[in-house]
Amino acid sequence: MPIKTEPFVLNLGPVHPSTHGVFRMRVVLDGEVVVDMEPVFGYLHRGIEKLAEERTYTGIIPLTDRLDYIASMSNNLAYVTAVEKLAGVKVPERAEYIRVIMAELQRIATFLIVVGAFVNDCGAYFTPFMYMFREREKIIDLFEMVSGQRLTYNYMRIGGVSQDLPEEFLPAMDKFIEQMTGYVDEFDTLLMENEILLARSKGVGILPKEKAINCSISGPVLRASGVKWDIRRADPYSIYDRFEFDIQTGTIGDAYDRYRVRVGEIRQSLRILRQARQQIPAGGPVKSKVPNLFHPPVGDVYSRIETPKGELGFYLVSDNSISPYRCHIRPPSLINLTALRDMIIGWKVADLFVIFGSIDVTMGEVDR
Amino acid sequence: MTIIDLNISNLVSLQKGLPPDWPGGFWWHFLVFTSIVINAVLILVMAFIYVERRGLGRMQSRLGPNRTGPQGIFQPVADALKVLLKEDIVPDSADKVVHWLAPLIAFAPTLMIFAVIPFGNGWSLIGDLNIGMLYVVSIASVSTLGVFMAGWASSNKYSLLGAMRDVASVISYEIPLVLAVASVVLITGSLSLNQIVQNQDIPFILLQPLGFLIFFMAGCAEINRSPFDLLEADSELVAGFHTEYSGMKFAMFYLVEYAEALALSALISTLFLSGWRGPLLPPWLWFVGKIFFVFSVMIWTRATLPRVRIDQLMTFTWKFMLPLALINLLVTAVEVLALPENSLWLMIPVNFALTVALILIGSKSLTVGRGRVEV
Repeated sequence: MPIKTEPFVLNLGPVHPSTHGVFRMRVVLDGEVVVDMEPVFGYLHRGIEKLAEERTYTGIIPLTDRLDYIASMSNNLAYVTAVEKLAGVKVPERAEYIRVIMAELQRIATFLIVVGAFVNDCGAYFTPFMYMFREREKIIDLFEMVSGQRLTYNYMRIGGVSQDLPEEFLPAMDKFIEQMTGYVDEFDTLLMENEILLARSKGVGILPKEKAINCSISGPVLRASGVKWDIRRADPYSIYDRFEFDIQTGTIGDAYDRYRVRVGEIRQSLRILRQARQQIPAGGPVKSKVPNLFHPPVGDVYSRIETPKGELGFYLVSDNSISPYRCHIRPPSLINLTALRDMIIGWKVADLFVIFGSIDVTMGEVDR
Repeated sequence: MTIIDLNISNLVSLQKGLPPDWPGGFWWHFLVFTSIVINAVLILVMAFIYVERRGLGRMQSRLGPNRTGPQGIFQPVADALKVLLKEDIVPDSADKVVHWLAPLIAFAPTLMIFAVIPFGNGWSLIGDLNIGMLYVVSIASVSTLGVFMAGWASSNKYSLLGAMRDVASVISYEIPLVLAVASVVLITGSLSLNQIVQNQDIPFILLQPLGFLIFFMAGCAEINRSPFDLLEADSELVAGFHTEYSGMKFAMFYLVEYAEALALSALISTLFLSGWRGPLLPPWLWFVGKIFFVFSVMIWTRATLPRVRIDQLMTFTWKFMLPLALINLLVTAVEVLALPENSLWLMIPVNFALTVALILIGSKSLTVGRGRVEV
């Protein structure tokens, strides 16, 4: 006769070491096994979409910094591309290259955090995390050179970027690319075949291909499930059609695949950076002439880019005034979270955080 | 018939350093040496905390505490003072008495282990307790009761989950641990820790490599060191069983954690690394040095490895460590019977070959479950 146990409810979060922000999971547990899970969010809601309706088009850029605050450059890029598409603004050649360089550096920086935090969720006591942060620090230094900021960069502008690269930037970036190529391999050999990491993440939290597509999952999580979908290729924006890179895909869509896809993408980003470094024009304007009080023509636009989290889309409606009539954001973190419940049920409490960490959400983006 | 021969000559352990007619007799001796042992443990625990924090810092490419005193050596003192001044918070729905008792019950047995550990030739509170190892094994698992009481009485779900994990892991890992000790005892033919050290002309890590590995891993699981630190899994259970503890009571649990690590290091040094024996330096210095060496290995594993899951922990002990420990015990028994006197060194090549072969076979055939349950 099986022993009957009584399930109990455990509130994980909103303040918890592994929820990566203020996320709350109302979990029904049967012993160690997760029977049911209900995500609760909204603790970080700042009304960014509403605030955007009161600001000028340029004034919205700092707000986008606060969406996915560990990938501010990507958010900047997503927003300015949307406005440029809406108003038909041309971007100078050099500015396009600077944007790609920033976006790819930001991708590396974000994936370093994500991989570090993921191994931390598996229970490694901060060691991988600290080493990842050591490398990320170099990227942050590069960003500080161009924008003066270390977290919320506010660097991109409508029609270009706020200022040209300083002299010392490109040599410093060369040095970083060279070092990072070695460090990625080092991290990879240390982590990839770690027996405990394999036991903890292989086959854990499988997201099947069909389910991933039906849930509108995007980014590394979708690619880990075996779908070859990268907006940089599928719907090229900026100048991504000029670069050679491979889309990383996983096989079964478990936590380990998601981790592998991210490590692979760090390598591909380095490849893009090397190409951009060679092709970047030596001089020229970095910002086209755009009036300070910018009036886009009446109309609406949806524009999307591939951020480290997935598809970040901006839907802007203009009524020819200085601020948008409506600014809707499609946050990849929120939409990737929708598959969490199906991935978690049946696993243990310990796996819950491994799976949650492998999805990689930033609460700033989920709650907006 | 009394098993423990309680007489003063047996208990007065520092025979060499003390005058033969130590004033006051047995109780006086007992009082003095208890306080010496307790203080030694506390000081070593503080040193452990410092070494661990600095060592972890080094391994994680950061500095670790370096503000309090030169190189931060007073950090444990500052921490202890801070934690003593904190408010003692007891949850409203807690079982007050059990909540209060739990840290004491966890702490006392841990300290009692040190009564029999020899810091030099016969230098211990109860010098040559003839059932020393049996005493250690039986007293060591009592502190689990304290942990479970803490988890239960806190009326916090994190605490309860942590406590349940602890009980499950301790019950399972006790068995390979005792089997590993048994093979050492087979070689020496004595349960007295001092006798075990005296018999180690060759350190037993060479005679019992598999026993050493099993004892080390099972010990780490018993005292919840990484990668078996499931009961306080900070990324899952916040702080596990001591989530609801603060102030002095929290300090007690913190102390227990490191005192257990100290006890395990001391036991490993005694059983496998020839304890206080060593050339030139005084015995106690050798012993403390070996303790710190073993502890650094524990810091190293903590900085390196992710945590295993509860079902993997169970699979590992029942399907891998237990069979290996049993085979090791059997082979050792045969060797002890078959080998002629004074040819223990013959065990070295045999046991090393056996260790490599068994671990290879064992790890090939071990499959950890995927862990998913249909609900």
